[in-house]
Amino acid sequence: MITEEKRQVFIFLIFALALLAAPFFFRESYLLTVLVFIGIHTMLAVSLNLLMGYAGQISLGHAAFFGLGAYLSGILTTRFGLDPWLVIILAAICAAVVAFVIGFPILKLKGHYLAMATLGFGIIIYIFFNETVDWTGGPSGLPSIPSLQIGTIIFDNDLNNYYLVWIITLCVMLLSINLSQSRIGRALRAVHDSEVAARVMGINAWFLKVQIFTVSAFISAVAGSLYAHAMTFISPASFGFNFSVELVTMVVVGGLGSIYGSFLGAAILTVLPEFLRVFEDFDVVIYGFLLIIMNMFMPGGLISGLELLAQKVALKIKKKRPSDA
Amino acid sequence: MLKVNNITKTFGGLTALEDVSLSVSPGSITGIIGPNGAGKTTLFNIITGLYTQSAGKVFLEGKNISYFPPEALAGLGMVRTFQNVELFGQMTVWENVMVGLHTKSSSGFFGCAFKLPRQIKEEKLIREKSMRWLDFTGIADIARMRADNLPFGKSRLLEISRALALEPRIILMDEPAAGLNSRETLQLAAVIRRIKELGITVVLVEHDMDLVMDICESIIVLNLGKKLAQGTPREVQENPEVIAAYLGED
Repeated sequence: MITEEKRQVFIFLIFALALLAAPFFFRESYLLTVLVFIGIHTMLAVSLNLLMGYAGQISLGHAAFFGLGAYLSGILTTRFGLDPWLVIILAAICAAVVAFVIGFPILKLKGHYLAMATLGFGIIIYIFFNETVDWTGGPSGLPSIPSLQIGTIIFDNDLNNYYLVWIITLCVMLLSINLSQSRIGRALRAVHDSEVAARVMGINAWFLKVQIFTVSAFISAVAGSLYAHAMTFISPASFGFNFSVELVTMVVVGGLGSIYGSFLGAAILTVLPEFLRVFEDFDVVIYGFLLIIMNMFMPGGLISGLELLAQKVALKIKKKRPSDA
Repeated sequence: MLKVNNITKTFGGLTALEDVSLSVSPGSITGIIGPNGAGKTTLFNIITGLYTQSAGKVFLEGKNISYFPPEALAGLGMVRTFQNVELFGQMTVWENVMVGLHTKSSSGFFGCAFKLPRQIKEEKLIREKSMRWLDFTGIADIARMRADNLPFGKSRLLEISRALALEPRIILMDEPAAGLNSRETLQLAAVIRRIKELGITVVLVEHDMDLVMDICESIIVLNLGKKLAQGTPREVQENPEVIAAYLGED
């Protein structure tokens, strides 16, 4: 088991180093912006994956928590002049409390009913962003959100934002990987596979679901705050139903129950729209099509496809060696 | 050990159980038998908190556990297995048993995410202990296989290992021999006897009469939702009412 553990630490280190070195190769500002988005989307996909991939509970309203983080950061820093770092933590705690409170009733629901409840929650929050014009600026958005700052370093350029976002994203990934391989992670997967057996094993399935929903909302809100400070402008359109669906697509395309899969899904779904610009509003159709194709041919997501490929290659190399000798 | 007092359960207009009382003495192997539709599984589901009874009480070691949810019963040392085997299919055999140790460990979200020293120690203990239970039922060699790839006989043994990992004081098995061949049934009988040797009280619902007569010290017969008889295997076998119920006489 130690070797397996070492292998995983090794994989994470390579992954982290590759990402931290990426700006030396992608110096173009446009590419860095895309990479910042991939980082934020990865954080969101990982948070949704904890809920969907591990605990097996769907959320069609996750953009709401992302939006809560972004708007709380935007409003509290621009209108009240609070310290942005303090606000990030405050916003995340607020989103977590909201998730905790609504989680108790809605996580009693299963399947389609849960999907509808989270969908409804997402829509309510979206309407709230649009209609409370005095606070949020309504449909025209909330401008001039200050950039984050540590000492003399101001995160107002792509390179600085890249490192800020990715260091936090890597931390979130590492903590999520740890969590997924612990007794809590096993309990989550147990609830996913057989809720009744999990309960017989002493797992309070309902409360565990509420807990992971809360953690997930916390992470999503942090991503939202970082997004608000990196963009310095937010509008409700970024936190609507379409984005919730996009998040679900990221998790499914990347691979349910795989943290690296979430990165893969986030990367693809961030880059893809750049190429799909020509289709304009039909991009949603393509997401839907992608979801169907993935569910039919690769239910484990791209990450499982890659693993299969790696195994096949390893097998071929093994087969070749004796014949070479 | 386990006492059931005047349990009645109705589903709509249908009475599945009517005024059933029974008691199980500590450290024994007790069998519950009866024709199909007698209410055996319903009774199990009520005792283990999956169903709520219409009337009546359940006591575990003198403590009133009526209406307790299954997760609370696990903490009190009561565990069960299922007729159709409820495994965590996407997890490995080993991980399945590790879940059985959930109540025996306590690391929370924070400790697990940050891998605090206490959690690392606890995780090591979970791995060791769970492996011991796989050894107990003799399936340690398949520890790394995915649970949904197991042949049926092995998945039964896995479900029992997982239940034992909880270190229960009483284990309820719903038709543990269903779907097993004769060799596997013998193996199962040996495992059940060794569970008893650990001081764990065993209650089983079973259709395999040879197995029941062989390993049970006390037998309870249910028919049409009512208790027909309780006694030793010999007493039950000679009871005319039981014979009538099984042969379908009036």
